[in-house]
Parts: sequence; structure tokens; C-alpha cells
Amino acid sequence: MTATDTVATTLADRPIDYEPTWRAYIRLYGTLMRTSIAQQFQYRTANYLYMIGMIAEPVVYLVVWQTIAEAQGGEVGGYTAGTFAAYYIVWTLVRNMNIVFTPFGWEERIREGQLSAQLVLPVHPIHYDLGSFAGWKVVVIALWLPIAGVLALVFRPTLDPTAGQIVAFAVAIWGAYLIRSLFLWLLGMLTFFTTRVTAIFEAYFAAELLLSGRLIPMALMPEWVQTLAMFLPFESTFGFPITALVGPITQEELVVGLLLQLFWIVVGAVAVRFAWRGAVKHYTAVSG
Amino acid sequence: MSPVDPASASASEPRRGSSLRIPLLHLRVGVMNELQYRANFAVQLLQTFVQVATGLIALALIFDHTTDLNGWTRPQLIVVLGMYNVVGGMIGFAIEPNMGRLMADVRLGTFDYVLTKPVDAQLLASAREFRLWRLTDVAVGIGVTIWGVVQLDDGLSLGRLVGFVAATTVGIVLVYCIWLVVTTGAFWIVRMDMVQDLFTGMYRAGQYPVTVYPAWLRLTMTYLVPVGFAVTVPAESLTGRLTWERVVLTVVFLVVALGVTRLVWRLGTKHYAGASA
Repeated sequence: MTATDTVATTLADRPIDYEPTWRAYIRLYGTLMRTSIAQQFQYRTANYLYMIGMIAEPVVYLVVWQTIAEAQGGEVGGYTAGTFAAYYIVWTLVRNMNIVFTPFGWEERIREGQLSAQLVLPVHPIHYDLGSFAGWKVVVIALWLPIAGVLALVFRPTLDPTAGQIVAFAVAIWGAYLIRSLFLWLLGMLTFFTTRVTAIFEAYFAAELLLSGRLIPMALMPEWVQTLAMFLPFESTFGFPITALVGPITQEELVVGLLLQLFWIVVGAVAVRFAWRGAVKHYTAVSG
Repeated sequence: MSPVDPASASASEPRRGSSLRIPLLHLRVGVMNELQYRANFAVQLLQTFVQVATGLIALALIFDHTTDLNGWTRPQLIVVLGMYNVVGGMIGFAIEPNMGRLMADVRLGTFDYVLTKPVDAQLLASAREFRLWRLTDVAVGIGVTIWGVVQLDDGLSLGRLVGFVAATTVGIVLVYCIWLVVTTGAFWIVRMDMVQDLFTGMYRAGQYPVTVYPAWLRLTMTYLVPVGFAVTVPAESLTGRLTWERVVLTVVFLVVALGVTRLVWRLGTKHYAGASA
């Protein structure tokens, strides 16, 4: 009961309509990122092995498609062995940027009452996830560079981006991070309403695998699949950032791609805002 | 606790022939446990379905652009995909849960309870936990394999079938050996769960025959993460490309792996210092 009392008094100390300022948000993100960077560097070996295990997937795709490209006289759908290599090596970084708070994690959050503690904070809980995962990304990018170096030596990528492409890529990987964070949060919130979420999550991830450019570059997909993907957020989180760096892509396509990312961020943020209101109403604390 | 307490089986003096009874008892307890959660079966079924469907879609995309993958035709690759699911299901059913439990036991010090039982500790540690529903992967995998075999041009002989069953058994035992050796590392390094991640990550490469991969990856996939032996060799047997050298090599590798596993296990348990108890 004392814990509740403390919370109550702290809340009472603050004006009821307390709204964190922009500077408070910047400080919050800075602290979350710093903490998470320090934390994740402690587990660098674990992080490394995890990242290496993850490399099997793109290497499989890469080897298969390089084999096909060579069998077809050096090229499939505009991709050569070299551009496939570039695609799937950049893939490894984008995949890591795509790792955010898993929708499967919500069950534990709710069951163990972790959420109750977050609800009494004056800041929306999503900021804690966004901040700490963003810190982890900094570590991931640092650890990724040597891996990319080794992969490049083995698979000989053809990579020749313009300055504009590099800038767009640097922005796009963070856009991808934000979009995936928001949409997986949205998905995870289903846990408030039903306990049979695994099936929905699995279906979502399967659709994502096929429609994002994770399995193969979208350009190799049948026409109708490419059209379908244009109406979904998946490609913005995966295929677009990769193609932004690897090409082939025009200046206009870069701008359109970034604007599309912005569009999905806004859609995701608005949806999270409304879904969250509904979800919290549904929430019954288990413990505290 | 369930009515069949595994501990009671070993309370008296161990009898001859009891070595198989204990794993079977654990299997029964495991099955009874899982039967309580029947809804999980539906979830597992969906997961299996999604996995197989994605595999088949990937194959369809590949054959949209080519007629063969390094000499492997579409039906042959369907066989490989089926076997990939069969072996993956067996790993999930019997190997992965036991190895996970072993790692947790070493970390928590509860491995004491395994060592103090009057049965072989390796046997007990390898056959305590079973995830019944993962057998859906095996069932669906067998279905996919049969579907692939039916489409093969040259049909199936009895010899191929025998070779296939033998190769599959050997392959799964090999996966067990190597996974146990890696898990035994927990006696020295305690935090080994990331190695498990690494292993599961690498296993994905088994979706395609290892002969597709460049030499360095093919060797890794054959000897370190033996999906080469567990998936490709059985599939080779079914599709009639298994050679005698391959068979001999597999048997030799099996014998060596079993011996080394036993040795490493002995060293590991000697190195174990109970954390609690």
C-alpha cells in the first residue's frame, strides 16, 4: 500500500494538467538512449552472436538468387549477382533497424502488471520503447559495420550510391524504425482485447515477409503483388530503405519514398493514439 | 504434479532395461501435460501452415525465373522443403526443449537433481521435456515430402525409401549430438542462450539443399549445424542422388559425433559446480 501512497503523493505534487515540454522529451530520449547504449554494449557478445545468427536468412536468399542470376546469363529482373549481394548485405542492417518491441511482449507486460507502473507516468509509454530501442540501434549499427565488411569481401557487392542516395538512406532507416515501431505497437495492443493473438501476429509477419521486400526485392514480384504492396506500410520499412541505397532509383522516387514514409508515420501515430485510448479503457491491472 | 511422478521410477535400484522406460515415462507425462492445452494445437497448426506456405511461395518465385536451382528441380526442392519441416519439427519436439531445460538447470543449479538420480545423466537430461504440438510440423512436413515425391519423374524404389528412413534417423541423431555439445558449453560459460539463437538462425539455411551453397557455407551447414546431414542427405536419398561415399561418410561422422558428444558431456559434468542445493 505504501507504494500506491508514494505514487499518489508524487502525482498530487504535480498540477493535474501536467504536460511535458519539448525539452523534457529531448532529455527523456537522451537518457533512455544513453542507458540502453551502455546496457547493450555490456552484452556485445550476445548481441554479436544474435546478429550472426540472423545473417543466415539473407545469405540463403542471396546465394539462391545469385545462383539463379548466373544460370540466367548474369541477370534476373535487372539484378546481377553484384546487386543482389548489395541488396542482401544492406538488408542485414535494415532488418536490424526493424527490430522493435515485439507484439508478443504485450502479454507479459499486461500479465505481470508492468503496464500499471507506466500508466501513472506523465509521458505516453510508447516513448520509453522508442527511446530505448533507438539507443540499441546505435549499438547495432556499430556492431554491423565489421559484419558488412566480411560479407562484402565474400559476396562482392556492386554498390555505387550518389550522395543523395546515402543521405536518403540514412534518413530512411530511421523512418523504417519508426513505422515498424508504431505498427507493431498497434498490433500488440490487440492483446488488450483478446488472448488469442498469436495467430493474428503470425499472419501479419507472413504478409510482411512477402510484401516488404524481405524475401526478395519487390521488383522480382509479380505485378499484382507490387501493386498490392503500394497500399501497405511494409515496403516503406524494408524494401524502400534498401533500394534507396542500392538502387536502381531516381531522384523523384527517393523523394516520393521518403514522403510515403512520413505518411505512414503519421497514420501509425494517429492510429496508436486512438487505439491506445480504447485499449487503456479495457485494461484491468493485475498487480502493481 | 501429474499422477506419474518421474522421480518415483528411479527411487528404487535401477533395473536392467530401465534406460528406455524413463524417457518413455517422461514422454507420457509431457504428452499428458500438452493435452491440457489443446488450443495451442490450433495455433501451432496455423504457424506450421504459414511456414510451409511461405516456403512454397518462395519456391514458386524461384521457378518463375528459372527452371532449376543448381541441378535441383521443383519437385526435388519440394521434397527438401518437406524434410526441412520434418526435421525442424523433431528438433522442436524433442531436442530444443531438453537443451533449453538443461541450460536453465545449469544456470540455476538445479542440475544437481539430474546428477543425483541413479540413471545415466546424459539420457535423463536429453529426454525430459517434449512439446507434443511441434509434431504438427512433422506431420505436415511428411505430407509436403510425399507431395514432392509424387511429382518426381522417376518414382520411388524400396531401396531409396530404406535409405531415406535411415538417413533421416541418422541426421536427427547428429543434430542432437551437436546441439548437446554446444549446450554443454553452458557448464563453462553459463550464458549460452544466444548460441541457441545462432543455431536456430543457421538452421534456416536447410530450406535449400546444401549443395546450392558455396563451399565454406556448405561445410558449415554439413558439419557444424548438420542440416546437410539431416535434411539434404535424406532428400538426396529420396530423389535418387545418394552415393555410396556419402553413406559411408555419414556413418563415420555419426560414430565420431556420438563418441565426441559423450566425451564432452563427461568433461562438462565434471566441471559443473552446483550453484545452490
